[in-house]
Amino acid sequence: MQPQAWVEPEAGVPTVSAGDSRSVVLVEDLKRTQLVMYAGASGDFNPLHTDEVFCRTAGYPGVFAHGMLSMGMTGRVLTDWFGMARLLRYGVRFRAQVWPGDTLTATATVESVEQTQEGAIATVSVTTVNQDGVEVVSGTADVRLAD
Amino acid sequence: MTAARFPVEAGHIMMFARAIGDESPEFVAAPDIPATPLAPPTFVMSAAHFDPDYPLRPQPGEQWFGSGGGPGSAVAGSGALHAEQHFEYHRPVRAGDVLYPQSEPGRSWTKQGRTGELVFSETITRFLDAEGNPVVTARSVGVETRRPPGGPEGD
Repeated sequence: MQPQAWVEPEAGVPTVSAGDSRSVVLVEDLKRTQLVMYAGASGDFNPLHTDEVFCRTAGYPGVFAHGMLSMGMTGRVLTDWFGMARLLRYGVRFRAQVWPGDTLTATATVESVEQTQEGAIATVSVTTVNQDGVEVVSGTADVRLAD
Repeated sequence: MTAARFPVEAGHIMMFARAIGDESPEFVAAPDIPATPLAPPTFVMSAAHFDPDYPLRPQPGEQWFGSGGGPGSAVAGSGALHAEQHFEYHRPVRAGDVLYPQSEPGRSWTKQGRTGELVFSETITRFLDAEGNPVVTARSVGVETRRPPGGPEGD
């Protein structure tokens, strides 16, 4: 299964209700090169993410992904669905390390839709699992539904 | 994070979007369509590039702890685990914005873990615009294990 191509979010205000859910394959067979790309773009050059020699000396089997790479990739399930401009809050806990070779799938589920003074806001849970079904990231987001 | 000034550039957003595998046209404008890209949800972390003293970037003339001829060695603080990360968006970040990050320590607490005492600490970073209006508020929670020195550390 290849990572999915981007699909334009629906025009206008998205219509969602509690229980609606979407999944996106974020990456298949994560490559070390992507960790290097993330280090370069983010500015976090911790050798734990790019330097196998260092990692083995430090007691790790090898390099592993920045937590923020996992969170960054996971954000796609929200922005593909709702668009960046509707995102009000996005927070996660890092549950498990992500390793080269991992295939990650993110799922977003609408937990509730509340009417507020600023209009309708959806609270969405997010979870990203690896190829063994182990949760690596879990969190929530609030999304503005009104224009 | 103590960048005094964080200019948000379209090329930087493009590199960041590629790195997270998300080349949505929101973030990476098609070359034939003039548009102002938005920054992906976690982009403000890359303010680290604009922090002159960021410890996780090699600096000319200074010792770097990664491998070279030798295997390198962990330094204090490089091994803190990232436990949680939260963002609040007061408005979307766009190419062309100039943000002024202000960091302060938040709460800290301890928990008993399997391999020792876990020490959690929060950092709150407010990314303000030139007028002082909040654009993004970020809350990081780091965790370190208090245990005998020499053990493995991680992010």
